[in-house]
Amino acid sequence: MTTPPPAVQFLATDGSFAPSAGSDEYLPYVEALSDEQHEQFYRDMAVIRRFDTECTNLQRQGQMALWPPSHGQEAAQVGSARATRAQDHIFPSYREHVVGKIRGIDLMGIVELMRGTTLGGWDVNDPKNGNFHGYTLVLGTQTLHATGYGMGINFDGAVGTGNPDTDTAVIVYFGDGSTSEGDVNEAMVFAASYQTPTVFFLQNNQWAISVPVATQSRVPLYLRPRGFGIPSVQVDGNDVLASYAVSAKHLDDARNGLGPSYIEAQTYRIGAHTTSDDPTRYQNDEQLAYWVARDPILRFEAFLKNKGASEAFFADVEQEAADFAADIRHRTLELPNPTIDNLFDHVYSEPHPLVTEQKAWLANYEASFGGDK
Amino acid sequence: MAVEELPLAKAINAGLRKAMTDNDKVLLMGEDIGTLGGVFRVTEGIKAEFGDKRVLDTPLAESGIVGTAIGLALRGYRPVCEIQFDGFVYPAFNQITTQLAKLTNRGRGTLRMPVVIRIPYGAHIGAIEHHMESPEAYFAHTAGLRVVSPSTPNDAYWMIQESIESNDPVIFFEPKSRYWPKGPVDLDASASPLHASRVARTGTDATLVGHGAMVTMMLQAAELAATEGVSLEVIDLRSISPIDYAPILDSVTKTGRLVVCQEASGFVSVGSEIAATVAEKAFYSLQAPVIRVSGFDVPMPAPRIESLFLPDVDRILEAVDRSLAF
Repeated sequence: MTTPPPAVQFLATDGSFAPSAGSDEYLPYVEALSDEQHEQFYRDMAVIRRFDTECTNLQRQGQMALWPPSHGQEAAQVGSARATRAQDHIFPSYREHVVGKIRGIDLMGIVELMRGTTLGGWDVNDPKNGNFHGYTLVLGTQTLHATGYGMGINFDGAVGTGNPDTDTAVIVYFGDGSTSEGDVNEAMVFAASYQTPTVFFLQNNQWAISVPVATQSRVPLYLRPRGFGIPSVQVDGNDVLASYAVSAKHLDDARNGLGPSYIEAQTYRIGAHTTSDDPTRYQNDEQLAYWVARDPILRFEAFLKNKGASEAFFADVEQEAADFAADIRHRTLELPNPTIDNLFDHVYSEPHPLVTEQKAWLANYEASFGGDK
Repeated sequence: MAVEELPLAKAINAGLRKAMTDNDKVLLMGEDIGTLGGVFRVTEGIKAEFGDKRVLDTPLAESGIVGTAIGLALRGYRPVCEIQFDGFVYPAFNQITTQLAKLTNRGRGTLRMPVVIRIPYGAHIGAIEHHMESPEAYFAHTAGLRVVSPSTPNDAYWMIQESIESNDPVIFFEPKSRYWPKGPVDLDASASPLHASRVARTGTDATLVGHGAMVTMMLQAAELAATEGVSLEVIDLRSISPIDYAPILDSVTKTGRLVVCQEASGFVSVGSEIAATVAEKAFYSLQAPVIRVSGFDVPMPAPRIESLFLPDVDRILEAVDRSLAF
């Protein structure tokens, strides 16, 4: 394996607690976690994996246009999402399903996107959606949105006041392929210049569809932001405690007015990029086995069992996951197709004569067939 | 009534200051727009008046400017971005077309994108490559964007304010060859809404339609034609998306002849769109085919031969002659 050893790790692959060298500054965040929080982390990861399986199945059954699974990346996502505070803003890429769930969105919003009944999915301005911004499919574009949002936070004076309930950070998710996009690099330039409260959270899952990360970068990716003047750290992204602690520390720094930072979470996409992909064409068995042995959920399960978590707890999580998946399946099959309104009504926020004219034309045309609309 | 004589560039400057005074969420961002006042000095003095949190001399990255403007808009700001020259907008094209233009629709009415992108455009300034282009059709083709271009200082003053007030993204094309000539600016009231086209001169024999710097040229052509007894009506589009067709169709109904004028290349252009729509909606009024007077379908040439590429008064009048002779 050419993968460098992760800089920050708290759980060895067998689930034993074994803080790595260089993890000291993050240790207090881990030590402050309660048993309930540990169990919540596990619950988050296990439920989303079941959800991913359900959605993949739904796609295979023709009920979704596409599904991008997060299998293997659960610890990176859960740890970082659980480190955010209510007032923080989250700019996802398109695979951060559990981050959305933790922030409060109804995951049917993501299902609707991937089934193909909407281009949006949830209202980021609705407080119950936890400032979880929309999925973004053009890679890297969201890093600039997150940076601009952070500029606005700075202009509003909403960092560095010392108030933990109003000082605001932004976390933006992107992948190893995206690091080659100009926008990600421009975002680092702007974030550094304006010292925005942005945490760049790179999930390095080793693959940009079929192209290995070595093609994106000749150096470990966490070293790149240092050239932009942005402090960075590499973390074992399959260790939920490490992901949480590193994220919590850097989100705190952002809220405290210390500017941007960059986290590279080393993880692995177990399986396909999306349901349209065939990873057997490029992944090799040896690498896959290496990462399967580092499965984030199995590792944390071992940790919890060592700590004495009960069989009843795991059975309860399994039941919750099954119920959650069943509910998603049921609601997916019930989703109505969008109407003509969906095509025209929100292209502009104020009336646009061409759109108005075309909507009227299509409505008349459809009505000419005598069907109900 | 307060009327001031201002060049178009200073009218935009005055409009920006008014918008920034009225709403503290309005901020300006772009390359060299602060301390220097912009390469065309359109934003001269604004940073000194409003400070460096309202006027941002950004890093030199167009996608970064527009991408961070989107983030600022999501935070409740109303950013006005300056792209230094027409030919330098393309690094931002992705953010403009795939994000800025789409977010309102993606949000199904829950998101607003009140972002203005100012782009100095067009030729007649003897500049080198990428400094004299007319890329408006690219943006007009993208649903979700509004595209406008003032031709007079008065319109510039009002349209920049109306664009900033718009809750939709507006691509604001500034005819750079018209930055310097002065014209009257009514500081009390706007003459027409942002997306209305305007009859700039009435006539009866043929209709000329165009936007930006071409309006001045069309008016000169009409003046010359009048000396030969030909009465031309001139319509200033002002808005390229949406296009306000009512005055155009009224005019064509009256004159029966239409010549569409633009600096941009003619193939798949704003002029093509107007020609097609007029043919659909006023077919029985037309006495002659609609004629386009455009730049050729070649790259904007080196400045020593820009006059070979660009439509001028003579080429407009040649087209009018063809229309009248049909």
